Amino acid sequence: MAETILRLENIVTIFDTDHGPLRAVDGVSFEIETGSTVCVVGESGCGKSATALSVLRLVPPNIGRIAQGSIFFRERNLLDLSEAEMRAVRGNHISMIFQEPMTSLNPVFTVGDQIGEMYRTHLGMTTSEALAKASEVMNLVGIPDPHVRIREYPHQMSGGMRQRVIIAMAVACEPDLMIADEPTTALDATIQAQILALMNDLKAKKRTSMLFITHNLAVVREMADRVIVMYAGRVFETADADDFFAGPLHPYTEGLFRSVPVLGRNKPLEPIPGIVPDYFHLPRGCTFSDRCPYAFEPCSTEEPPLFAEDHGTHQVRCYRYDPRWR
Amino acid sequence: MTPVGDEAGRIGHNGSDSKSPLAAVKNLRKVYSVQRGFFGRKSRYLRAVDGISLSVFPGETFGLVGESGCGKSTLARLILRLEEPTGGQVLFRGQDLETLSSRELRGLRKHMQMVFQDPYSSLNPAKRVGWLIAEPLVIHGVGNGSEIHDRVGSLMEEVGLNPKDRNRFPHQFSGGQRQRIGIARALALNPDLIVADEPVSALDVSVQAQVLRLLENLQKKHNLTYLIIAHDLGVVHYISDRIGVMYLGTLMDIASKEQFLNPPFHPYTEALLKAAPRIERTGTESKYAPLQGDVPSPLSPPPGCRFHTRCPYADMVCRKEPPLLEDKGNGHFMACHFR
Repeated sequence: MAETILRLENIVTIFDTDHGPLRAVDGVSFEIETGSTVCVVGESGCGKSATALSVLRLVPPNIGRIAQGSIFFRERNLLDLSEAEMRAVRGNHISMIFQEPMTSLNPVFTVGDQIGEMYRTHLGMTTSEALAKASEVMNLVGIPDPHVRIREYPHQMSGGMRQRVIIAMAVACEPDLMIADEPTTALDATIQAQILALMNDLKAKKRTSMLFITHNLAVVREMADRVIVMYAGRVFETADADDFFAGPLHPYTEGLFRSVPVLGRNKPLEPIPGIVPDYFHLPRGCTFSDRCPYAFEPCSTEEPPLFAEDHGTHQVRCYRYDPRWR
Repeated sequence: MTPVGDEAGRIGHNGSDSKSPLAAVKNLRKVYSVQRGFFGRKSRYLRAVDGISLSVFPGETFGLVGESGCGKSTLARLILRLEEPTGGQVLFRGQDLETLSSRELRGLRKHMQMVFQDPYSSLNPAKRVGWLIAEPLVIHGVGNGSEIHDRVGSLMEEVGLNPKDRNRFPHQFSGGQRQRIGIARALALNPDLIVADEPVSALDVSVQAQVLRLLENLQKKHNLTYLIIAHDLGVVHYISDRIGVMYLGTLMDIASKEQFLNPPFHPYTEALLKAAPRIERTGTESKYAPLQGDVPSPLSPPPGCRFHTRCPYADMVCRKEPPLLEDKGNGHFMACHFR
């Protein structure tokens, strides 16, 4: 039985907006097995990034808060930790990679200083020890001539190299869990392929567990052991990656698959009608019911729970899988 | 009529090689000088577009792909004469745009329109949508007040917007709806050619599919010709009849939809195809070995074939001789010594 490194239980994260409180993450539960990658996929505003921020408790207090639930990292509930204890967890045990490599690096420090900071802060190394380690980890993530580039500033590097620096910082302290939010979205195709291969390689070598946030189903295919589909703050479907790609079940997921142009498939796209709903005007019942081609009468009255398929490993929030109706 | 000559793209467009191109560029170049050093006294030259020839035929969709900095957006802007080329020609309906007076150019511009990537920044936030869609009609003096009013309404319907929303501002629309507004503006003057620079890359997957279908339907209805620039191979392949692949300011490959996905490949196209993550696995493809290294700086592109520094097939000749873009038979144009 594989051990679980992270377990979210019924997390509710609320953002305060001009229009009132918004449940960006609305009762999300899932777990990550040690050494595996869980991908959260969905369109903008579905709550996937808010979920990632919640795990690290990085939701800014002036904007929102985690209102409910627990986040177990190993056996500790992160929501019970003090801010000082949480700081020790971040970077050291759980690290985060963001989408935009330029804005997550400090322009006035060399990349060596910035990677070295991880070792100085979390492992108490001296400056020269930290620089030596920085050079090592830069080599690990495939930055050529690390002893030279260690003295470079972020603006002297290409986008792909900057993202490697971010990954070097994220893996510096050999974290148990890496959270990556659209880490390759801003990169060119050939560089994206390099970075995804690098992340898979690090996962294999260090048995790092990963929570990977993306909007791109093809990237999910490359990375995921398990997949979670989110819509309007809710988990709509969750499954092992092979089952998911062999047969996505939720009508929304089906619609996503039909919306993506696939190389070599010459069928016209079949877009999902309508738009992602506004959180303040969600339809009654299932929040997808107003766009769903299969919607029938129970869908617009009460929200469906998650129903289990594939011997329980595949769950789907849709009345089509309700034993009462089939 | 200017003869088409032998430039790339003449043959292979679903048998229509007798047609004249709607838009063509010949040996087109655009060089920017980049100021460097104290007081900018040293200048270096960036060859954003370096000797490109291609033709776009009436009714077709020509897709341009390439990684950032390859010059694909500059090429689009040169074709629309939003920028002056450093050398070479841009022809529209056989007329060399450089020889036209500004009045003639303005007349021709009606027939070529642009759709931008970012619907957020390409629309004036202080203007109402009805005004924004009417603007091209007003500028070109097409129709009187009530005619323009009716035309705006029918354009909005055509792109899937509710004409009742004409008094709303751009921020009151979603990203996909704003892209529809951009498309309505581009359609207003009944153009022949629409150049779209990354028209769907800022949109969510489900909305992206809606906009791609809209572009397809509008093309059929109005017999539009598209030049579509995108970095997503799936999107480009889906929408295009022919695909041009750019690398560091040069065209490497011009392939039909079928040629693009089947061997013989241009080595760079092959690398792009291998790099593209796939939803569908056939089980036969190797777990990908990504192309190594970065795109070299366009300020100092490598000599010979520009791709040779990353090409797995590169040989001595590739380091010295730039390959010419040649028809390899069957209308598949490649710039490669070994293909």
